[in-house]
This record gives sequence, structure tokens and C-alpha cells, in this order.
Amino acid sequence: MSDTITVNGTANPLPDDPRVSLLDFLRHDIGLTGTKKGCDHGQCGACTVIVNGIRINSCLTLAAMHEGDSVTTIEGLGTPDEPSALQRAFLEHDGFQCGYCTPGQICSATAMLEEIAAGWPSDASESLEGHIVTSREEIRERMSGNICRCGAYANIVAAIEEVAAGGQS
Amino acid sequence: MTVHFKQDKPDNSNRLDGMKQGVLGKPLPRIEGLAKVTGTAPYAAEYPVENCAEGVLVTATITRGKVTSIDRTSVLSMPGVIAVVDDEKLCTRAAQGTANEAPMQGPAQICYWGQPIALVIAETFEQARDAAKHLTVEYLEVDGAPLDPGAVDPEEQDDETVHQGDLANAMAEAAHSVDVTYTTKGHASAAMEPHSAIAQWDGNKLTVHASLQMLNYNIAELADALDMEEDNIRLISRFVGGGFGSKLGISEEVVAAALAATQIGRPVRVVQSRQQVFQTVMRRSETTQRLRLAADSNGKLTGFGHEALVSNLPGESFAEPVLQSSHFLYGGENRELMLKVARIHRMTAGSVRAPGEAVGMPALEGAMDVLAEKAGIDPVELRLRNIPEKNPEEDLPFSSHKLAECLKQGAEAFGWECGLRKPRQRREGEWWIGTGMASAARVHNIAEAKARVTLKSDGTALVETDMTDIGTGTYTILAQIAGEMLGLDPEQVLVELGDTRHPRGPGSGGSWGAASTGSAVYIACKAIREELAAKTGASEEELELREGKTATGETLTSLLDGKDLAREGHYEPGEIEDDYTASGFGAFFAEVRVNHYTGETRVDRMLGAFGFGRVLNAKTARSQCIGGITWSIGVALTEALEFDPRDGHLVNCDLAEYHVPVHRDVPDVEVVLVEERDGAASPIQAKGIGELGMCGGAAAIANAIYNACGARIYDYPMTPDRVLAAMPD
Repeated sequence: MSDTITVNGTANPLPDDPRVSLLDFLRHDIGLTGTKKGCDHGQCGACTVIVNGIRINSCLTLAAMHEGDSVTTIEGLGTPDEPSALQRAFLEHDGFQCGYCTPGQICSATAMLEEIAAGWPSDASESLEGHIVTSREEIRERMSGNICRCGAYANIVAAIEEVAAGGQS
Repeated sequence: MTVHFKQDKPDNSNRLDGMKQGVLGKPLPRIEGLAKVTGTAPYAAEYPVENCAEGVLVTATITRGKVTSIDRTSVLSMPGVIAVVDDEKLCTRAAQGTANEAPMQGPAQICYWGQPIALVIAETFEQARDAAKHLTVEYLEVDGAPLDPGAVDPEEQDDETVHQGDLANAMAEAAHSVDVTYTTKGHASAAMEPHSAIAQWDGNKLTVHASLQMLNYNIAELADALDMEEDNIRLISRFVGGGFGSKLGISEEVVAAALAATQIGRPVRVVQSRQQVFQTVMRRSETTQRLRLAADSNGKLTGFGHEALVSNLPGESFAEPVLQSSHFLYGGENRELMLKVARIHRMTAGSVRAPGEAVGMPALEGAMDVLAEKAGIDPVELRLRNIPEKNPEEDLPFSSHKLAECLKQGAEAFGWECGLRKPRQRREGEWWIGTGMASAARVHNIAEAKARVTLKSDGTALVETDMTDIGTGTYTILAQIAGEMLGLDPEQVLVELGDTRHPRGPGSGGSWGAASTGSAVYIACKAIREELAAKTGASEEELELREGKTATGETLTSLLDGKDLAREGHYEPGEIEDDYTASGFGAFFAEVRVNHYTGETRVDRMLGAFGFGRVLNAKTARSQCIGGITWSIGVALTEALEFDPRDGHLVNCDLAEYHVPVHRDVPDVEVVLVEERDGAASPIQAKGIGELGMCGGAAAIANAIYNACGARIYDYPMTPDRVLAAMPD
């Protein structure tokens, strides 16, 4: 469908104002406030969403650039009645405190695990080729674009590690 | 019905230990957690409000002077622009914690670069942001504003000054002495949620959704700023995306939104940009600290000196209380303590997580490491030898004191190798590896608090208070306290927070929320238990409640007989505050790697052992501790506010240039919760834990850097350039 952005499976018309960021489009235009604005400059990761399977900072891109794209936000990953494995793991491991960076952390982690599965190496990977072990160091490196000022990192890594190992499914 | 309890004596009854539900202290997941992980928890800017206009603050581009004109016509013709607000009631600074009155107002007078001077309102955020950038402002600048804290005559804070005995003589006669000067850079709270407010009027009633920590003070501050009665204002802060002191007092956007809503007769939302949050809210002052330690041949302190210089704007009462725990942490009969504040025109200095100890302890504990080396004593042992029997400056006993246990349990859990230590004993490739430790201390604060508990006729309970949960776990621990007292699963307890319509308390700050409001909930529940006990013919002490039933199997619902039972608990600290020195204590241990060639430091592991009274929830308490330890890593290695020496403006005003720890900076962190009940701290024997976890941790890292590579550094943060400059050949 043209002139629309699909968010969590629902098509939405593009905004009239070309200055509207994808983040403000999600939060304001269509009322999906689960995606958070922490810095508006791509520095904190709170606004991370998944566009066509790839995680991006939604504050660094304009909504108008996403005609025809498919966006998944935290609301699309799970609900209070049916939370995703990562959402459950964050809850159990106390992978958050104030909760403001949390949707971004979870969206980021969801796509990050796919990147590891697809064999994309990182600075922490032992080799540029072949299978990547989902070590804590690998998780930490790949999640470093998502700041948590409460300092829940140790618990976030534990939550992701559990899901990477097949837990909470 | 309100039940008032003023605490003049310690309460060592430990009643909560005798309850039968068995939920208090358990590591339960947060009861509001599912809302947070699914993105359904609403923060201040996220409430759907009809017909809401958007406001963007305009800030000053001079350091000191006045606004001579604001040309409204420069923006009013832009698309969507509704109005420009430059009302004299606009606040130009955020209120200090517990101010209880309006902060500085009058946007035409400029005291620092970046000060808010106006608000532009438009139909959409994009329109308001664009117009705010185009607003034409003319200034009359007053040159020569002092900007360097070292270049002005500072004011002495008399209430911090201690002259006891003769420190100079003690230093001269000491077997071992240390006289060192540390510096720390300024810090930002950098809470993830920017400061935000939505203001809307209904007749003469104002409702503001805001991101605030202390509603009972904030409502008074807002009422004063707007010249309104508190009764006509409602403040709501159900979810707060981090505070760390930056949301203790009302900030500029709260008053701006209210004034704008008045001016245009519509609801208005104002969200500060990240850069504005950095520049207009609060900085932790930079510090310069001289430490003097005199010790006998056994390492026992005979003299203790700690003098600090901090800064703030003219007219601000707050001075970073650097010496707070230095007054009582270690002995030494000859004492000199002094705090001075330099008046300069940088942005407002105020509370950032653990004001005082966050920077005072890293300096003191660095100096203690130097003393340990000079005296040839293991650093853990040196501290154990210097724990005073009572407050060394006042004739006061400690309420409870777990430093020795923390040092011992922490050392054991970490695998600390006691004995004489020499730097540069372990190297792997380019990396020197070493360990370090430090004590932790943070004064215990407590305040008057009220909370209402209603035991519903259906056997569930409701807790209502204006207390906030800023990530601290308040929702959960209050449900656990009520559940424990009333014999209910915490899932049967609904907790409503962050609304000034509820009974008021001190809010979140100074780590006092859990002990203060938790005590109010405890008192309310105790009163409900008395009513229930009367119905059963037993005494309150004899009443056993578990899983909604008495010991004889009678259900709460049958006891209540179709009626709700509500009590308001009112806790007030009395003479316990004056009769004891109360503090949380702890110990940090760190292992680091330092690169010989680049000076980069990586923390490989860290452990903290803490004693802070009763643990109300082992999971959320541990999270508070690891959060504090994470902040310690920032203080030690990366966090530094940088100011332009020409105009005093904060240069690194975003999260790309102000370096908070990120995932890869934080290693495996271990926490030991040391068992403690402190009856003089609160009726629930609990103290605060939100700040203790960062009070000294940076020194454990600094001392580990020295142990690893031999670089003794006296300036925080210990960035690679500083490490390299201090690295022996």
C-alpha cells in the first residue's frame, strides 16, 4: 500500500508535515507512546524500533522516509496479556528500574539476537566468519547503543542471555 | 481515621519479622513491571489530552544581563504558532530539593547561559521547535561574570565547619600522614526521561502531569510560582523515567506549561530537549578537596582533615555537602572540616544522586588507600581499625553500624587477598591488572509521611500515597509491607502513587522514601490489624494473618462483613533524629585492567556489600545497588561536565559528549546484602539504599588502577590521558 506506514500490522497514513520524525509519528500521530524519546539525537537508544526487521533509532529518521515500510514497536512485540520471551525475562531479572529505556532495550535485544543468528559479527566477536557465540561480552557490545541510566545493565544482560539460551519461550 | 506516630525511641520490636505472610524482603518482580516492559506505563508527556498545544522553551545566549526585547512578530506569522510566553512568573531555574517555594522567577534577568527566557507555543511540536529557533531576542549583557570557582573568594558554610583539637600538630607528630588534594568534575543526573509537563485547566482547577520526585513539595513550589492556592492544583507523576535528584523540585517546563495554558486557554505540553535538560536543571558541582590524615604506627587515625570547595549560582542555598559522611565515618580526635562555596555564573548546582558522598567518599577513600600504603597495612584492615565507637564529633551513638561486617563479608565474597600490596604485580599482554577497595557510607534520611490503607470488603487492599516510584521499587515494596501486615499476597494489594489527591509524604529523594512512606503504610496496617484483632477477641500482637485468613481459619471477608476498613498512617520522626547518627554503610571491591600504552581502564568485576537496615525486596534492593555501582564506574572513569571558560556554558550537554556508562562498560556485578535491623532508623527498621551504592565505589576503581599499574591519580574521572600522565615508566 502506498502513502502509508505499517505499524504492528496496521497501515497508517504518512504525516502531512515532512519534519515529523518516525519517533514523533509513533508517539504523537498514532499514539503509540511505548517508544520513548530520551535524547532525539540517536544517542540513547530509547526510541529503538524494528523497521523491516532491522533495529533503528526512530528519532534519527523522518516518517516520510518510511512509505511502505513495516515497523514493529514494543506494543507489537507483546502485550500485558501475552508478553514476549524477552519481556518476561526483563520482568523476572529486573532488567529495568524506571522503565523509560526499557522498550528500546527490548526492541533492540529482539533484533540483536536475530543479527547474531544471521552471523553478523561485532567488535566482540572472535571471528568475522562463522557461528557467533552469544556471550555476555557479545551482548554488551551489541547493546551499547541503549543507555540505561538507572544502571540495570547487569540484569538486562542476564535477561537477554536467558532468552538467547532458549529460556522464557 | 488517621493514626499518628511520632518516633522518639528506637523500635527494636521487629514486628514485621513475626508476621506470617512471609512476603516482605522476598525478591518479587515489580508489580508495575509488566506495564513497563510492554510500553503501556504512561509517563508525564504521554497522557492523551484533547486539543493540547505544544510548547518549546527558548533559552538565553548570554551569561549575565537582561532581555531588552523579544520580537513576537518574528514568529507569530509562522505556521501554527499560537503565542509567545515571557511572563514574569516563568521560572529561570529548577527548585532545589525540599525548597517548598518557587525557584527564581523573572525571565528577563539572566544569570547563566542557557537560562530559559520564553516559551513558544504552536499547534505541533515541529512548528513550536522551528519558531523557538527563530524568535528574535535582544539582550543587554553585563560583562565580567565570574565563571571560575578557583578565581573568586568563596563563602564558608559555617554549619559544616569543625575545629576540634589540633590537626596541624597531629600531622606533625603522626607516624604516617597523608596530605593530598583531589578534584572531581561536575556530574549530570541524565535521567532517561526528559523533564516534561502537560498542564490543563478546568475552571480554576489546574491539573499538571509532570515528571517529579517530591509532589508534596512540588505542589507548594508550583502554587507559589503561580500565586495560587494548593487546593486548586493537582499534580500527577505515576511513572517517572528516572530522577537522580534532577526532579526533586519543579523545573522550568512545569511552570511554563501552566502559564501557557492560562494564556491561551488550552492544555499545553512542554518537553525539554535533552540539551535543555542538561543546561537548565541541575549540575553536581565540581569539587576541590584537601584530605589530611594523621595516623599512629598502627594505622589508627589521630587526625582527620577534609576541606572542600564547591560552587553555585548567586542566590542558591545548596552547596554540595561533600563532608557529609566524613563527619562520622572514621575516628581521629583532631579534626578540621570546612566547606566553601564559590559564587559563579554556571548553571544551577543541586542534587545529583547521593549529593555529598558521591564525590566526597571517592576522595576520602582514595586518601585512605594512600595511608594504607604508607603505613604498610592492608586497606581493609586499615578501615577496620578506624571504625569509631560513636560519632567522633558529637556525643552520639550510631543507630546501627555494619561497616565492619560489610568489609569482612565483601572481602570474602570478592576473594580479597589480605596483606601488603604492591602495584604492578600482574600483567597480561598490554594490560596491567589489579584490585582495589573502598568503604561506602551514606547518611540515613527520614521524614514525615502519610499513607492510606484500605482493606476492602472483598479481601483485597488499596494503598494510596503521593509517594513516587522513580525506578526505586516503591510500588512493590509498599505492596509487600501491606501484604505482610494484612496477610495478603502482594498481588491482592493495589498501590496508587504519584497523585497529590492522596495522603502526602516526602517523595523520592535522599533515599528516604521507602523508610518514610513505608513506615506510614506500616502504621496504617497496624491500626487495621487492631480493628481486626478486636473483632476476633485477640490482641493485635496475637493476631496471625496469612493468605487472607486468621490462624483459626476465619477469612478477612467474613471479619469485614461487607464493609471496607480504612486507616491513614502518619509517621513522624521524633527524637530518634537527634539522638543517633544513622547511616548506611558498605564496602566496594573492584578488579580492573589498565592498558599500558593507551591508559584505558576497563572494570573487569565489581562487588559491593551493603548494610542498610531491613531489606524490603531483595530483587529491587539489589538493583538499586548495582545501579549505584554502575554510577561509580561513571564517576571513576568517564563522567565530567565541561564548561566553556569564556561564557560558562555547559559544552557537553548531550549523551554523546557526556559519557555515562553503557552496557560494555559494566562488568559482572555482585551484591552482598548484609543482614541488619535498625530500629532507630524507622519503625520498619529500614534505611535507604538508592544512593549508598555509589558512595565510594569510584575510589575502589581508582585504588585498583594504582594497584594495577602504579598510576596514583588525584583527579576524577580517570580518563586515559590522566592515567597515561601518571603511569610510571
